[in-house]
Amino acid sequence: MTMTDQVGLVIIATGVLFDLLGCIGMVRLPDVYNRLQAGTKCVTLGVCLILTGTAVMADATPIRLKAVLCALFVLITSPTAAHALARAARVSGIRLWEKSVADQFARSK
Amino acid sequence: MPQTAFALFTAVLLLCCVLCLYRIARGPTAPDRTVGIDILGTVVVGFCALLSLVTGKDYLMNVALVWALVSFIGTLALARRLEWQHDND
Repeated sequence: MTMTDQVGLVIIATGVLFDLLGCIGMVRLPDVYNRLQAGTKCVTLGVCLILTGTAVMADATPIRLKAVLCALFVLITSPTAAHALARAARVSGIRLWEKSVADQFARSK
Repeated sequence: MPQTAFALFTAVLLLCCVLCLYRIARGPTAPDRTVGIDILGTVVVGFCALLSLVTGKDYLMNVALVWALVSFIGTLALARRLEWQHDND
C-alpha cells in the first residue's frame, strides 16, 4: 500500500464521515431550513472529499479528470439548489422553528 | 486492508441513503421531502465515485456526472413547482 493510497483513504474516510453527519443532521433537526443547511453543507463537503480522494487514488487518467470535474460541478450546483429550495419553502409559507432567532427574508420585504 | 475499508465506506453511504429515504417518507411538508431527494442525489454521486474507484470501471464516473446534473435540474424544478403551486392557490 503506497503513500498515495493512504492519503486517498484518509480523504475518502473524512468525506464519508461528513456525509454520515450531514444525513443524521437532516433526520434530527427540527425544521426545513435547519435540515437544509445541515444536509447541504455537510453532504456537499463530504461528496467533494470523496471525489478528491477518488482523483488521488485512481490509476486511470479519465477517472481522475471526471472526478475533478464532478467535484467542481457539485461544489457549484449544490448551494444553488439549496438556495432555490429554501426560497421556495419560505415563499410557500413554511413556518420557521419557534426558537429561530432571525428571519432576514421577512425583514427584507 | 483497502477492501475492508471500502466495504465500511459503502455500508456507511448506504446508511446515509436510508436516512434520506426516511426523511422522504416521513417529512411533514413537501419541502422536507424535496430536501431529502436533493441530499439523496448528492450522496449517490459520491457512491458512484467510490464504486468506480473499487471496480476500476470508467463509465461509473459518467453515471456520477449525469446523476449530479439530473439531480440539480430535478431539485430546481421541484423548487419552482413549490413556488408556483403557492402562487396559484
